This record gives sequence, C-alpha cells and structure tokens, in this order.
Amino acid sequence: MNKRVLLLLLPGLLFLAVFMLVPITLTIASTFVQDGKLTLEGYLYFFRDGYFNRILLTTLRVSVVTTLVCMVLGYPAAYYISRASARKKSLLLALSIFPLLTSPVVRSFSWMIILGKKGLINSFLVNTGLTAKPLDILYTPTAMMIGLVHLFLPLIIITLLGVMENLDHELVRAARSLGASPFAAFRKITFPLTVPGLIIGGILVFVGSLTAYTTPALLGGKERVVSTFLYQNAMTLNDWQAASVIAVIMIVITFVVVGLMNAWANRLNPKG
Amino acid sequence: MKEGNRMLSLYTLLVFIFLLGPLVIISITSFEPGTVLKFPPEGFSLKWYKNIFEVSAFMETFRTSIVISLLGNLLALLLGVPAAYALSRYRFRGRDTLNAVFLSPVLIPGIVLGFTLLRYLIVVYNLPIVAGLLIGHTVIMLPFIIRVIASSLENFDFAVEEAAQSLGATRVYTFFKVVLPNIRSGILAAILIAFLESFNNVDISVFMTGPGISTLPIQMLTYVQNYFDPTIAAISVILMVLTAALMFIIERLMGFAYFTKR
Repeated sequence: MNKRVLLLLLPGLLFLAVFMLVPITLTIASTFVQDGKLTLEGYLYFFRDGYFNRILLTTLRVSVVTTLVCMVLGYPAAYYISRASARKKSLLLALSIFPLLTSPVVRSFSWMIILGKKGLINSFLVNTGLTAKPLDILYTPTAMMIGLVHLFLPLIIITLLGVMENLDHELVRAARSLGASPFAAFRKITFPLTVPGLIIGGILVFVGSLTAYTTPALLGGKERVVSTFLYQNAMTLNDWQAASVIAVIMIVITFVVVGLMNAWANRLNPKG
Repeated sequence: MKEGNRMLSLYTLLVFIFLLGPLVIISITSFEPGTVLKFPPEGFSLKWYKNIFEVSAFMETFRTSIVISLLGNLLALLLGVPAAYALSRYRFRGRDTLNAVFLSPVLIPGIVLGFTLLRYLIVVYNLPIVAGLLIGHTVIMLPFIIRVIASSLENFDFAVEEAAQSLGATRVYTFFKVVLPNIRSGILAAILIAFLESFNNVDISVFMTGPGISTLPIQMLTYVQNYFDPTIAAISVILMVLTAALMFIIERLMGFAYFTKR
C-alpha cells in the first residue's frame, strides 16, 4: 500500500478507531475486571440469574419464529416478483423498499393501533361476537413477533430478489426441455440454487430481531428482550457493568450466529 | 401451472396487504377528530396535524434531527469519499480487510454501539451530548456512504482519469473535474440513503439525550409511551410522505439496484 492510499484511508480509519473500536474494546475489557481483579463474575452473575435466562430465551424464541415466518412469507413473494413482468416487478420492488426506508417507530406504532385492547383486531372480534372480551395481544411476545416480521419482511424479500435475479434461467429452461414439470424444475433447480440466499436473508432477519430495540420497546410492554434489558440497565438502573455484560453477550451471539449461518450457506452453495 | 400461478399471486397479494395495510391504517386514523386513536375514525379532522406544530418538543426535535443528519452526512462524506475512492481505485494488500473495517459499524448491534458511545464519548472523553449524537450518527452513516459511492465508482472507467492526468491535469484537479462529476448521482443517492438511516435512527439517539436535546424518533417514542392520541399518526403520515419523496429521488438517481445487491 503506498502513501497516497494510506492518506486517503487514514481519516476514516482514525475516526472509526477512536469512536468505535476503542469504546467497544474497552467495554469488552471492562466486563472481565471487578475491584481491580480479573474475573468472570459479571457473566456468572447473569447466567445464575433465572430472570436473565428467561429474557435471553424469550429473545431467541421470538427471533427464531420471526426468521421462520419471514422466510415462509418472503420466499414465495420474492419468487413471484422475480417472475413478474418488468412493470409489475418495479412496482412491487418499490412497494417493498418503501417500508424498509420508513421509520421503525412509525411501523411499530401502526401495530399498536391494530393489536391494542380497542384496536382493529379486538373490535372486530368483540363486534362479531367471536370473543366476549378483547384479547391481550399487545405487550406480549406475539405482538413483538408480528412487529418484527413486519419490520424485516421487506429485507428478506429484497435479498431473495437479488439472488433470484442472478439465477441462470437457462438452467430452468434446460430442465423443462428435458421433460421436467414446472414444479420439478423449481424443486430441482431454482430452490437449491436460491437456498443460500434464503439463509443469508435469514441471517439478516435473525440478527435484526435479536438486536432490535424500537419494536420490542413499543410492542413488548413490560416483556423484556436483551436489547430493552440493556437499555433498562444502562439508563434506568444506571448499572453500567451489567449493561456492558449484556452488550458483550449480544456481540458474541451475533458473531456466532452470523459465522455459523454463513458457513452453512457457503456449504450449500453449489457453486462452491 | 395456471392454478399454481394464481395461488402464488394471491399469496403475494396477501403478503403485500400485511406489509402495507398497517401504514394505510395509520394514515386513515390520523384524521380522527376525537382524542383517542380509532379505526375507522369517527369523522374527519386535521386538528392533530395542527397539534404537531403546537407541541414545541416535536418542532425542536425535528430541527435537531435535520441538523444532526445533515452535519453527520457532511462529516461522513469528508471521511468516506476518500476512503471509497481509495478502495475502488487501487489494488493493495489488506484491501478486503479494510473494506470490512469500514463497513463494520453495521455489524455491531445498534443498541450496543449506542451504549458504548454513551459510556466512552460522554463519560470518558467528556464530550457534550450533542457532539456524541453527531459522532454516533456519523459512525452509522459512514458504511452507507462508502458502500453506495464505491458501487457507483465501480461503473466509472478510471482510464478517463488517467487520460486527463496524462494530458497534464493534477490528481486533485482530475478528481474534482473528472471523477466527481461522473459519480454525482451516486453521491447524491448516498447522501439521501444515509440521511434516512440517520434521521430514523433510534438505537444511537436513545442514549444521547439530555436536557433539551433529543431527536424526533426518540420524542415520538416517549410520546407514544405516555399518550395515545392521533398526533403520532399525523407525524407518521408526514414522515411517510417525506420518505416517499426521497425514495422517488433515489430511484431517479440510481434505480433500486443498490437495494437488491449484496
């Protein structure tokens, strides 16, 4: 690397080093020190505590379900968009990008109107006599999950669309000309070739759900997930040591999940 | 297969109803004349739109949001444009690693980044909250700026630049007179995408509030947790109109290919 290149990169690198790398490294380091001694007590305390384990479990459960639902809703939709006519395709692409660029506060808030005690769903259920009393949907893990699916569905659709656009349609045509039914061609060619994309999209949704703050904060009520628990420890309880431990746990989970799923996607990739 | 096609298009229709229905509902409820959000609304009134302008906290945080997003954008451009140029123009050892470093802020969970920034910028480095807010927003905008600009530099033929230099133009002169004009629309798109990213940010901003300092999304979040009147629905509509307008410009500038590219 010559001096010119270094000079162009240096301002950005320094900025990220001072304002991101150093703070994060120091935060990680701080969790292993207590009263001037090296210790794992910060972590043990958390995992011994049933409350935190429950929060972690809720978070993982909500994230897994969100990811699966997003895959089931997103894959067929993306497939449909990828096969649509040019005009329809650009319209549907625009309609997927719009929510993606819209504030998460706006999008989560819209679900408060729909899921609330006097919300759309409950007034329908009560008015039609399907239920005697309004159901408690808002401020439950279910509400969080619905909000998160809504938040990340466009992301998985757009990711899958990118993969499907790159798919070599000659392969599908070849299979068809050799006598494969449309469904067989889909099952043998299209699906296996797009599965790595589905996993990549899944990673984005899973990590997004795991670390999302706005949606659980608005739709979860008293129900905590790790991100809202981190915020609560930092800002309400002023327990920065605890918040740092949660932060490190979040970083570790994120990296492990991304690493494992990336490896999986690469192994499934027939192109190697 | 015809049957299958119809099923698939119906399925897709339902997916899009799920995706856009809530946004339509929020828009309709913003015209509710009463004090409680209802769907369908009991009449038509613009009074909650008027309320936005009367609650001073909304106007103040809106201004803060705009200023932080614009200043942060400027900072991210100053840091990001040279980096994006170096990463696309030159081949050197460690290039992939450096590329990954510049994109790394998107890998760190936002809420974690926000907390560590609070802990170190404000408490250890002793910066004022506004500075922390600005720096945090610059950090999260940087990857978007670099990614979008690098992708528009990919389509630029650097032979043109070499030609200008062989004719005697200096490097700096060529950059401003040849390279920049050619990727102008990419830069504008990068600015808009980064702006939306920063303007909508909650994860960083939620930690960077102080006396009289907050951003619009945080103000909305706090308001919703305390009141349930149609004001937030009205703001939502205004924000969606703004988003749609910016999205239209982004499409004009570089199409939507950027979004589907990984």
